[in-house]
Amino acid sequence: MGEPEPTRVLLTDEGPALIAGPVELELPDGTRVRSDRAVTAVCHCRRSKRYPICDASHRRKVRQEGPDA
Amino acid sequence: MTRTLEPSFLHRTAAPDLPTLRGPLSEAVVEALRGGPLRSVDAAGADPYGEDLQLALHCCYELHYRGFAGVDAEREWDPELLGLRRELERVFLAALRADVEPGDDVTAEVDALLVEPIGPGVRGVSHHLQREGTLDQLREYVAHRSIYHLKEADPQAWAIPRLSGAAKAGLVTVEHDEYGSGRPERMHALLFAEMMAELGLSDAYCAYVDHVPGETLAEVNLMSLCGLHRSLRGASVGQFAMVELTSSPGSERLVRGMRRLGCGPASIRFYDEHVEADAVHEQVVRRGVLAPLLEAEPELAADVVFGIRASLFLGERMGERLLGCWDRGESSLRLPLDADRP
Repeated sequence: MGEPEPTRVLLTDEGPALIAGPVELELPDGTRVRSDRAVTAVCHCRRSKRYPICDASHRRKVRQEGPDA
Repeated sequence: MTRTLEPSFLHRTAAPDLPTLRGPLSEAVVEALRGGPLRSVDAAGADPYGEDLQLALHCCYELHYRGFAGVDAEREWDPELLGLRRELERVFLAALRADVEPGDDVTAEVDALLVEPIGPGVRGVSHHLQREGTLDQLREYVAHRSIYHLKEADPQAWAIPRLSGAAKAGLVTVEHDEYGSGRPERMHALLFAEMMAELGLSDAYCAYVDHVPGETLAEVNLMSLCGLHRSLRGASVGQFAMVELTSSPGSERLVRGMRRLGCGPASIRFYDEHVEADAVHEQVVRRGVLAPLLEAEPELAADVVFGIRASLFLGERMGERLLGCWDRGESSLRLPLDADRP
């Protein structure tokens, strides 16, 4: 038996950390969040409304005013 | 979470009935599928985005998915029908090539999709449904979307054997998730069907084809066109990327709209699942599909951009149809939803 494969985490520069395989995330208050997707995107910027799961809130936003603005 | 499976959807394989005709092209296809001779028709003179051509194309493509009740499955490879399909595709594709500005900078295209417009000036169907749309309008929207979502991920599956190496593996990762990662009760098509049932809509495959306009059929026809032609595999990936990159914020708006309208758990679940799933898919599509595809086949860049822009173009046409009808206080469907529930 060789060395066990290390868990690979891909840190993206603009968005979440990507973790392969099912994961369980434990928050500071002890809450556990489980994800069994093939890949889980973990929020890295703290802007997600579903923290600790990424909801693409890191995206750059451009404001468009209405016709009356 | 324990849920009662809906065997009625998961185990249902019955093919839909042939649709109601919208002109000479759809009449020629439907009559041929009913067993008559294929009449000669002039596809070249038809409106490329019109009701008739789009319905005719839809019927040709459905032979590759579920077929039609009473139609021999082998008609999928009827050379005469395939010949007519090719003429219809040429008209549709030529119009898209003319209406969509060409480009080959995939990175710039993707970066533009990742900027999220916000504020009162943004006009879009999901924005409208989040802020002020009615329950009837939401039900109409779901009926439009059912043409695709009841076969969600199927048109893009055609691209799998046309890719190789890392791009193939990346595409399959996303497709696997769309099909529930091995758990049929999590298939996105099933989640959509459960939402339809909760909203009092029929969850039968293609139940609303007669209801939806050419704008709706055209979006799905583009997916089938690009999926079925190996020469358009770059466009198929581009179309797939566009959906996966833009769906997460739009799904969040629909979740909020549904909560505002007091929709039930199955309705909210479908779009709620897509907020998180598509935040992941965005990353996998960019890093795991687009990057290796363009490294292996850089000559496909222009087709990827075409796929992105063509699907945006058709998506905007469909959005305008819906919002335009709703602005006028009309239904966006060709038939009322409840008058003759399928």
